[in-house]
Amino acid sequence: MVQSFATAERRLPPASDPESAARNEDYLWTLNFGPQHPATHTTLRLVLKLEGERVVDAMPEMGYLHSGFEKIGEHLTFNQYVTVTDRMNYISPMANNVAWHHAVETLLGIELTPRCKVIRTIIAELARISDHLLCNGAVGLDTGAFTFFLYGFYQREVIYDIFETLCGARFTNSYTRVGGVSQDITPLVIEQIRTFIKKFPKTLDDMERLLTRNRIFVDRTKGVGVLTRDEAIRRGATGPVARASGVPRDLRKDEPYLAYADYDFQICCATAGDCYARYLVRMQEMRESLRIVAQAVENIPAGPVNVSMDQRTSKPDKQQVYSTIEGTISHFELAMSNRGFEVPCEESYAAIEAPNGELGFYIVGDGNETAYRARCRPPSVLNFAMFPHLIRGHTLSDVVAVLGSLNVIAAELDR
Amino acid sequence: MSSSVAHVLAEVADHFGNLHSSEFRGQTRVVVPESQSLEVCSFLKEQGFDFLVDVSCVDYLEYRDPPMQMRSCAGRRYGLMYLLASTMTNRRLTVRVFLDDPEPTVRSVVPLWEAANWLEREVWDLFGIQFVGHPDLRRLVMPEEFSAHPLRKDYPLQGRGERHNFPVITRENS
Repeated sequence: MVQSFATAERRLPPASDPESAARNEDYLWTLNFGPQHPATHTTLRLVLKLEGERVVDAMPEMGYLHSGFEKIGEHLTFNQYVTVTDRMNYISPMANNVAWHHAVETLLGIELTPRCKVIRTIIAELARISDHLLCNGAVGLDTGAFTFFLYGFYQREVIYDIFETLCGARFTNSYTRVGGVSQDITPLVIEQIRTFIKKFPKTLDDMERLLTRNRIFVDRTKGVGVLTRDEAIRRGATGPVARASGVPRDLRKDEPYLAYADYDFQICCATAGDCYARYLVRMQEMRESLRIVAQAVENIPAGPVNVSMDQRTSKPDKQQVYSTIEGTISHFELAMSNRGFEVPCEESYAAIEAPNGELGFYIVGDGNETAYRARCRPPSVLNFAMFPHLIRGHTLSDVVAVLGSLNVIAAELDR
Repeated sequence: MSSSVAHVLAEVADHFGNLHSSEFRGQTRVVVPESQSLEVCSFLKEQGFDFLVDVSCVDYLEYRDPPMQMRSCAGRRYGLMYLLASTMTNRRLTVRVFLDDPEPTVRSVVPLWEAANWLEREVWDLFGIQFVGHPDLRRLVMPEEFSAHPLRKDYPLQGRGERHNFPVITRENS
């Protein structure tokens, strides 16, 4: 590994300000953190310059999990690509599915049915809860609170079970389709969600009692990795990271998509901008998400879940295929490569408020069922890019606290 | 087009001459010549578009039917896009800058938004567009030994066999 240390050192940007002139002094030592390390959770690498235990500078490096998702997006059809979006932020794949097809439907100009909108809202919020559970759980785990992590992970299992009943897959769901979803929601799923709504607040209370006023945890996170409001805007922070710094930006309120305009919920903000504030924002957001799910699941509109056959985007259900000539023809045509969707030669951007922040897709259509360009705007990249700014001056043990609170998912980082 | 965005575009036209703008699905795009890109972005930032959402690029090499917004720059290969937003009013605006081979070059917007740092590095990495004034223009996701720019349309999906030539670090020679 000597070789890679040397190259990493060479790549450090040249020191310009007097404070950083000391960075190249002999007493500094370099520590390679990752790409394989339990506290990075995924494959990302940090090259830390340390003075004793204090971090003088950090050099984040990514690309270890680069799989060329955007290039693959130019070769898979709109419906096929949803399986790839699962693998971007695999902590909350349902939210990625919703984001991708939200962008596709924006480009194609498809208006979803009310039932589909509500179902997608429910699964997106459940994905948010499961993401925040893991993120906060991992912050606890890295700062020494193992029980807290297990409390969170148990409830994630419950959400997995809901998704499994809903679509058959626990982890990589690929649930949405252009103009609809792969399976309609069933009474069994609704019953499971109701049970979850009943039981989950108690777990949240337990988790808050375990950690929110825990002296060790508060000492490890309060005042660590402070991001000011101006810096958050300048550095492109979104999601809980931005909201913890006092930027009240939440696309669910700012640009209400799906059925969010119908529900009563609040944007959770803090002003401190440190790891503790990010923890608090995520904890509170889970309660708000639960409120949304509770309102949505009791008011699922009746009617079809996919857009109608006339729009020629989603496959008609089997009853129509086998009993009507229109259904047969429509099903047949949608399977043919030159008779599928009508895609405009245009481009559009659409984003949703994913658990990590603004997850958007910029899609260029060229008349084909395949995107000409499928740009993914990943929140993790911008959140990770500010890591050196947040960690300078803190100690080595704070690295895991800051990294955990940013919730960097390498698969989404590299795509 | 919402009236406020139209107002800002009128202001832009006052300062920089008439720029081609278009709208699709309620999203406004404005095409800016590469010589003025930094000035226009700086002006838009003062006008309230203080949040840089994304910087990316499209390679129009094989594009069959150039859309309306591209007519003014027909024939140019690369279309950069800067997605801007306002944290106060939540308006959005897309700035397009069209570049062409050889050596597509544009000025960096890192002095305006630190967020552009890694985003522009990614565009350089995957499309090979030079950003003048970028503090640290290195590859972001591909390894340094990599020579091509893989999101260009003339780069095959399967790659060109670069992986076989990557240096192998063994325990002995590390």
